Amino acid sequence: MAELAPGTRVRVKDDWPERRGPCHIRTPHYLRGRSGTVQRVLGRFANPEDLAFARPAPKRVLYHVLFDQPPIFQEGRPGDEVLVEIFEHWLEPENPAQEAA
Amino acid sequence: MSPPARRESLAQLEALIAALKAKGIVSEEELAARQASTDRASPETGARMVARAWLDPEYRALLLRDGAQAAERMGVSMAGAPPLGVLEDTAARHHLVVCTLCSCYPRAVLGYPPHWYKSFAYRSRAVRDPRGVLAEWGTVLPEGMEIRVVDSTADYRWMVLPMRPAGTEGWSEDQLAAIVTRDALVGVALPQQPAAAAA
Amino acid sequence: MSDPDRTPATHDMGGVPRFRCTPVERDEEPPDAFGKRVDALRQLLAQKKLMTVDELRRGIESIPEEEYLALTYYERWLRSITTLMLEKGVVQAEELR
Repeated sequence: MAELAPGTRVRVKDDWPERRGPCHIRTPHYLRGRSGTVQRVLGRFANPEDLAFARPAPKRVLYHVLFDQPPIFQEGRPGDEVLVEIFEHWLEPENPAQEAA
Repeated sequence: MSPPARRESLAQLEALIAALKAKGIVSEEELAARQASTDRASPETGARMVARAWLDPEYRALLLRDGAQAAERMGVSMAGAPPLGVLEDTAARHHLVVCTLCSCYPRAVLGYPPHWYKSFAYRSRAVRDPRGVLAEWGTVLPEGMEIRVVDSTADYRWMVLPMRPAGTEGWSEDQLAAIVTRDALVGVALPQQPAAAAA
Repeated sequence: MSDPDRTPATHDMGGVPRFRCTPVERDEEPPDAFGKRVDALRQLLAQKKLMTVDELRRGIESIPEEEYLALTYYERWLRSITTLMLEKGVVQAEELR
């Protein structure tokens, strides 16, 4: 995946690996399937999902992604936001049609 | 108060350390040195970084660009520490830091995380009801100010650069650092107004 | 969150209803002697490349829910460190009795 520029709309994969067996993931459950905006590229870091099992851990791009807070929990004040570090392999285009284009 | 560790946990720790010592893996001296070094880290470092950023635009730019380098400038060794990101509060936006998955915290510049930062209530509520959590600290944001909750999930550690309170014009770095509390660096509180600080 | 396939793991606490009405207990005490010793041990073992913080977290996250919620913070660390040292063969179970 080419590095995403700040401002790119993305969707967090609606994936639940913890239901499939032992794993260690850094993507909080409340963001799965949620759309947000890339705010900043934070750098490349060894994938903690591999480090946690002492496996070879290739580096992955880590993004700071910004989400509107109220839609996540159906409560909160409009304008409030949540900013979270998310690895590239958890992100997909917000609109799958964009990927084909 | 957090409950003390169980008696069997104390015994388990000593048994593990004894086994590691017997193999020459750790020594009491190394443990003591490690603990002493951890004990030295304190929120006074973070407070001084904020105070300097309020006074020195060049340092402020460095702090926002590369927190670790800004910490090194204060004499803190960041070797082996995670990158430090600094979040700038503005008149329109307040930052609040939490780690919902565990307890990630900028220990190099703030010291040990307080017990409440690691508590289940803080970890679960800060992202969902940040204003309710702030209210427990007596922190009420001005009307119209938005909150940006920062969930510290991965390789960075995050600290807040709060806004400099009005009424601190002409203050020295020492005076300014004294009103920047650990809570303000996490975002649960704001630096106190001088009038309130004096009261 | 009635879908059981979307139930978060115990440690994945952001926004979970369980603690919604629990006030944050403002405990400002530094870690006690036990906590500081566990903390120092973890740092040393990481320095010596015997474990990573990611492994520590994986170990903490695998503690069954009832115990995860009952153990203190540094007890969870100790549980994970001990399990990892056994798993890696650094120490043997009989040495810990």
